[in-house]
Amino acid sequence: MSFKAMKSQVLARKVIQKEELFILDVRNNSDFEDWKIEGENFSYLNVPYFDLIDGVEDILDKLPTDKDILVVCAKEGSSVMVAEMLSEQGLNVFYLEGGMKAWSEYMEPVKVGDLSNGGELYQFVRLGKGCLSYMVISNGEAAVIDPTRMIEVFTRFAQELGVTIKHVLDTHLHADHISGGRTIAKETGATYWLPPKDAEEVVFDYQPLEDGEEIKIGHTTINIHALYSPGHTIGSTSFVVDEKYLLTGDILFIDSIGRPDLAGLAEDWVGDLRETLYHRYRELSDELIVLPAHYMIIEELNDDGTVAEKLGKLFAENHGLNIESEVEFRKMVTENLPPQPNAYQEIRQTNMGKNKPDEEKQREMEIGPNRCAVR
Amino acid sequence: MMEAVKVLDAKGLACPMPVVRTKKAIEEINSGEVLEVHTTDQGSKSDLTAWAKSGGHELVKETEEGDVFKFWIKKA
Repeated sequence: MSFKAMKSQVLARKVIQKEELFILDVRNNSDFEDWKIEGENFSYLNVPYFDLIDGVEDILDKLPTDKDILVVCAKEGSSVMVAEMLSEQGLNVFYLEGGMKAWSEYMEPVKVGDLSNGGELYQFVRLGKGCLSYMVISNGEAAVIDPTRMIEVFTRFAQELGVTIKHVLDTHLHADHISGGRTIAKETGATYWLPPKDAEEVVFDYQPLEDGEEIKIGHTTINIHALYSPGHTIGSTSFVVDEKYLLTGDILFIDSIGRPDLAGLAEDWVGDLRETLYHRYRELSDELIVLPAHYMIIEELNDDGTVAEKLGKLFAENHGLNIESEVEFRKMVTENLPPQPNAYQEIRQTNMGKNKPDEEKQREMEIGPNRCAVR
Repeated sequence: MMEAVKVLDAKGLACPMPVVRTKKAIEEINSGEVLEVHTTDQGSKSDLTAWAKSGGHELVKETEEGDVFKFWIKKA
């Protein structure tokens, strides 16, 4: 029978549409345990490719006959080998084109909603890593928020919509992925905004993003209002877009809250995190729709592929917003934290402009899940 | 350390070839003997380690010299 390539784009639709898929992951066990392709109706079998070199006969009875099978490895090579062996045994299988490397870089643009005066807001979902970026569009102009290093995704999207990128903003200095902010700004002539308290060590020019700053997109009135909201980092800033959406960065997620330990000691910032989540955000309208910079688990994805929820609902349901005791809160965000993201120190140095790794190295630094939250 | 009885040059090869070649090479030496492997593929580091472990072979030593990874594997 045959084996065919499956592109990340096709796989992304299967995740969003909650389709069934059987994933045969042939990376070694620790890599699989650490990070895999998440889908609500996906099932998995992990057998390292080096255990299959002599033949795939042993696993044939573990493979389903009633759903598609996708063979996955780190970069593609091993999955092609295994897919070919399976096809020789009479199966029809797919392998993931470009492997986990391509999957971790793929971004799916999803429209979140319309803004006043014909504006639009898009969310870019990086399914492989759980990172979320945004584009606000109005009257031929665009602002990009928390872009990843795959900058063509944003520049091409802007081009297709016929808009010019005027502003690029980072909610904070990221520790889990490399920001594309500076590069987009350089290529398009846009202004790059960064919270100054996160930028004390950066070695490039930027526009300081202070509390209360208003950025206008297009000649109408779509505004991005900056709200200082420290806790994940000391500079973390949220944005209220068009008085309708609250972009929370890595401070508040749908089902979890930001962790305070990636840029220093958790103890130092836990008070700020508490203040932001339990006081500053409480003063905002419950009707604001929260748009975070990450999601952690696939259940946080809405049916249309967006990651978005009303602030009022999060106040009612997000565990991290419902811990009355400050002592207990402190304990939760400083003890039993998940492992830190891969290479997070190197990533921070890169985002400060101090490190200039090549593309291959950047990819390698970003391997693995984002791990910016505590639940 | 024990002298390697065989040196496998797997430089420039991409996954899965470094492990495939290593597996073949180790079949050609005797139990207790050491195979030396040279690779350049980043992924080969964790894969060769995991492969050796799953086959019960002992990874006696590994080094990184410039872009080249070197492994000494003692056959089980």
